[in-house]
Amino acid sequence: MRTFLLRRLLQSLVVLFGVSFVVFAILFLTGDPALVLLPPDASAEDVRRFREAMGFNDPFFVQYGRFLKGALQGDFGQSVRHGEPAFDLVLERMPATFELAGAALLLALCLAIPAGILSAVRRNSALDYIATVVALFGQSLPTFWLGIMLILVFSVQFHWLPSSGRGTLPHLILPAITLGLFTTARITRLTRSGMLEVLNQDYIRTARAKGVNDPPLVWKHALKNAAIPIVTIVGIELGTLLGGSVITETIFAWPGVGRLSVQAIANRDYPVVQAAVFLLATTFVVVNLLVDVVYTYLDPRIRLR
Amino acid sequence: MSTAIVLPEAARRERREWVVFLRRLAARRTALFGLVVVAVVVLTAIAAPLLSPFDPIEQDLGDLRLKAPAFRDSAGRLHLLGTDHLGRDLLARVIYGARPALLVGFAAVAISGVLGMAAGLVAGYFGGRLDDVLMRLADIQLAFPFILLAIAVIGVLGPSLQTIIIVIGVSSWVVYARIVRGAVLTLREREFVQAALALGGGDGRVVLRHILPNVFTPWLVVATLDMARVIVIESALSFLGLGVQPPTPTWGGMLADGRVYISTAWWLATFPGLAILITVLGINLFGDGLRDTLDPRLKV
Repeated sequence: MRTFLLRRLLQSLVVLFGVSFVVFAILFLTGDPALVLLPPDASAEDVRRFREAMGFNDPFFVQYGRFLKGALQGDFGQSVRHGEPAFDLVLERMPATFELAGAALLLALCLAIPAGILSAVRRNSALDYIATVVALFGQSLPTFWLGIMLILVFSVQFHWLPSSGRGTLPHLILPAITLGLFTTARITRLTRSGMLEVLNQDYIRTARAKGVNDPPLVWKHALKNAAIPIVTIVGIELGTLLGGSVITETIFAWPGVGRLSVQAIANRDYPVVQAAVFLLATTFVVVNLLVDVVYTYLDPRIRLR
Repeated sequence: MSTAIVLPEAARRERREWVVFLRRLAARRTALFGLVVVAVVVLTAIAAPLLSPFDPIEQDLGDLRLKAPAFRDSAGRLHLLGTDHLGRDLLARVIYGARPALLVGFAAVAISGVLGMAAGLVAGYFGGRLDDVLMRLADIQLAFPFILLAIAVIGVLGPSLQTIIIVIGVSSWVVYARIVRGAVLTLREREFVQAALALGGGDGRVVLRHILPNVFTPWLVVATLDMARVIVIESALSFLGLGVQPPTPTWGGMLADGRVYISTAWWLATFPGLAILITVLGINLFGDGLRDTLDPRLKV
């Protein structure tokens, strides 16, 4: 198990290097980072001086080294717009994004797992049919449309829930539903198919033949095995949620990293963009590493690799 | 995976298998329904100038702004879905909005499909170092929240149709690569591949003539389902103003406009969103049917 985890840790570090390189290289996509960072009406002299001051005339990999060193210390430069360190700005808003993503994930798990299990256990019943259809719709809905429709119904029509900002629990409800629906649908379908697969296995049939009572049987044997793909998907879904937060935060004016990034891009505030992308990607890598650790507890076969 | 292996010589048997496959697919009514929906959307996009009652970018800032659905204007023409804040007919814009959505959908899927197929074939067949490197690249790709990466890149390069096709296409290759790689790993050990190699077939020939035809079906399932995802992403990027620029109508762009007028003109945001929902639902239904017909256990 230790070698497996060590290997995974090493892989994660390689991935983080790759992430840092891509984040760094984005500025060079058009060839000259100075032109990207400066306003379009800057004079040629300004551009030349800027390039000198920022060290853009140095060889590419020297610049990358500098960037990496800064990144590891949490220094992504000053925000062009706000004048504060980019990293601090992003870090300030991480709790808000985590709150939203966490609420969405919690909602998804609480709804999807029981729905998926019930669907599988009562296969082809009315409940199963409804759950399947709703899950299909959930995966086909564009989240930002859902958000707007929810605002239309619950804020504009009925004035039951606030449509923007963060503060109290009611503020969290609509954004969490918007962000979490896709994930809920996905996990429902996965739980259902996973449970169906497990329930048809020989060891379940054997236990039934031995006369074991149904509910404890379902929960104990089936769920433990169906849990494995679910745990995997939770890791991946977190990435989806962190990414999806960009749109949801914009719609609901939620003060998180996603909204900050969109504004930063509109303002050409690239240090903030770099800090945000790097931080979110790092979070994703760390979470997946943790998911793998949990995995080794759930599936003993992994430990032996 | 159906047990039929596509050997270059057994053409007649291959045709019979396609017929069986198509018949089984047609028997699934939901898949058929999905296909019909998609066909309607595609036809709408192609025949837009013929179907659309108005010009989608023709503005009328006078009396025609923000009219509710089923409004008949002074010339007696019916605006079935109403008009937007610039007096443009909404139905016309929704119809024309299918064009960028489908264009980006097909083009981006084509790019990522080819990239992913190539990566999956190489990684699965040659294994070893090459496989490690490619899988590591895949991990790096997956670590990025896609939307953020997309908006960062588009922010630097400037928004346009070509840019979003390339950005979406280049960054979506991983899921194709994984499926293809998995299929190749299984196929690599089968007798017909071993036989082909033993008979002196070079690696390239074996991959192209023996392995590729057999990984095509799982690849196709991924491509279909991915297209749905791409259409949603295109509308998300257009919503943020990073897609095809106005005045070209895009469903996402219309949603962004509609959001501003949500309390006074609900139809502006509702109908484009419905268009996206219907299109994506159709594709998903068809893709699910395709997957279930080929192999329900496909982890796609």
